[in-house]
Amino acid sequence: MKRHLPLGLLVLAIIGVQLLTRATDTAFYLTPLTMTAYYSLVIVGLCLLMGYAGQISLGHAGFFAIGGYLSAMLTTKNLVPFKDNSLISLCDELGLLVHGQDMFGSAFTHVQPWAACVCAVLVTIVVAYAIGIPVLKLKGHYLAMATLGFGIIVYRLALAFPLFGEADGISDVPGFPILPGLAVSGDFSSRVSNYYLAWGMVALAVWLLVNLIHSRVGRALKAIHGAEGAANATGINTSRYKLNTFVLSAVLASIAGIFLTHYNGGIGPSEAGIMKSVRYVAIVAIGGMANLWGALTMGALLNIMSLRGMFGSYDDAVFGAILIVIMLFAPQGLLGISLPAAFKRILRRGE
Amino acid sequence: MTLELFSQYLLAGITYGIIYAIVGIGFNIIYNTTGIINFAQGEFVMLGGMIAISMHQWLPLPLAIVAAVLLVMLIGALVEILFIRWLDRPSVLRMIIITIGISILVREAALHIWGEGVRSLPYFVGNEITTVRILGARVSPQVLWVIGVCTVMVLALSLFFKYTLQGKKMQACAANRVAATLCGISTKNMVTLSFMLSAGIGALAGCVMSPITYTQYDIGTGLAIKGFTVAILGGLGSSMAAVAAGLLLGLIESFSVSVVPLAFQDAISISLLLAILFLRPHGLFGNKDAADLKEF
Repeated sequence: MKRHLPLGLLVLAIIGVQLLTRATDTAFYLTPLTMTAYYSLVIVGLCLLMGYAGQISLGHAGFFAIGGYLSAMLTTKNLVPFKDNSLISLCDELGLLVHGQDMFGSAFTHVQPWAACVCAVLVTIVVAYAIGIPVLKLKGHYLAMATLGFGIIVYRLALAFPLFGEADGISDVPGFPILPGLAVSGDFSSRVSNYYLAWGMVALAVWLLVNLIHSRVGRALKAIHGAEGAANATGINTSRYKLNTFVLSAVLASIAGIFLTHYNGGIGPSEAGIMKSVRYVAIVAIGGMANLWGALTMGALLNIMSLRGMFGSYDDAVFGAILIVIMLFAPQGLLGISLPAAFKRILRRGE
Repeated sequence: MTLELFSQYLLAGITYGIIYAIVGIGFNIIYNTTGIINFAQGEFVMLGGMIAISMHQWLPLPLAIVAAVLLVMLIGALVEILFIRWLDRPSVLRMIIITIGISILVREAALHIWGEGVRSLPYFVGNEITTVRILGARVSPQVLWVIGVCTVMVLALSLFFKYTLQGKKMQACAANRVAATLCGISTKNMVTLSFMLSAGIGALAGCVMSPITYTQYDIGTGLAIKGFTVAILGGLGSSMAAVAAGLLLGLIESFSVSVVPLAFQDAISISLLLAILFLRPHGLFGNKDAADLKEF
């Protein structure tokens, strides 16, 4: 019961914030709030990987970009010139394509958003397994550099291929109709429903992860974080647990990428950049590594402030400074410091 | 491929390779004394170039470079004293995040001081169109400066470690920190010295390469990745192997241009990094058993 209390509070907070923006007539806050929700999805996944399984990843923006870019590319690429291709016509017969006319009257054929979404998630899973199997054998600096390298490769490929729009990214991505009458899009009229959809997904993900952490899997992950050799000796298949956690967090990042791309109507290479990955790591660190709620709270707070432009041109610098200060003075995270203990430590050093 | 084209690629590869080697040696010097990979290593190179360019407004070129190198060494010492010296046996994850934070702060500070523009020092000899012929290739004399200065640096470093007391003290720290302390070596000062040393060689490399590769606030990350690749390729901790590995990476990069488009150049060298990490994490020239004993 105790573990469901914060979840209840989260749901109340989600509803409360929406009612507040309605009461104070500040509905424009809903857009950054919705974007924050999708970033939070990446953050809770990374929190599971870093805090609970103890594996750093400096490449999560890469998975976010794989999801976003694939979905954007599939739902905007006009397939009319390829309609005689047997694969394309097979997809058409299966109902995976949408046909229509653009505003200039010429015909277009795209992949249907649901099909694109499933395809992007599947590709993410394959890539995450392919990368995860060798990468997770590494530790410390090597793991950090290998995941960073993966992130940079994704970024470079997004920049190099005309298919992904090079430096311009992909724009004019259509909305994603989830259910009849409910679509993920930046449409002005569907702002409220999109807000609830995004935060509902976060609540669902958190609920799943909380249950996971309090299960056999979660205890196994904590054992791996504490002492990998000892965990191995007690019969925990450490490499499989690490790998599955890695893939799970990659899929969460990819789903966030897909939905945010449809919500924003586009994606650019900066979403795949190193700074994004570093930012996710920063937020998990500030929240206190093995603290899902801490990461979620700090992530929501910092992302809102950043998206509202409160840090101005010092945006990246603020995240860098936060990283250093937290890691120097409070490696257990902001919510993890107990002030009396900190004072005692400082006093003892003075002696 | 004609001989002329071949030697053109060859010289370009050596030029970039030796710069990567210097960054890789910078990684190694700090890693040896502390066990830390300093993710801000590339930033020292950027700072060296940038400060020298600013100094050159008031000072003649050689003095500007000397001043820049000294200033960056001071910055390196400051970084160590402020962020690393007083930590009590920090975990690897903590150090990774702290040095990444430092590199972001330095980069952002550079962005606000010098702006986004691309800058460069003037050519040491001649100008943009001066060329010399080597093996049928036409190259700028600056290329020879880069190769020459970096070679001298590598030689000076190896003499420093072999024949001076300070160098031997640093080697003692690298071999066994506790034993070095017991012999009366201040390991903390050695760590500061290692930061100054690797900041200094990075800054000097940043100055000599500036006329041909240009200096921009964000070149640090790319150089750090290449330098790290080189350090791993040679075997982490071994400076001379880093030189060989640096030249190898530089040559692979420059010859890859004749096979795949330039846009993929970075992807190639990073794929090489990943391949090395997966297949031979102890490096091409390293010893597997020795590497297993080290902490990463």
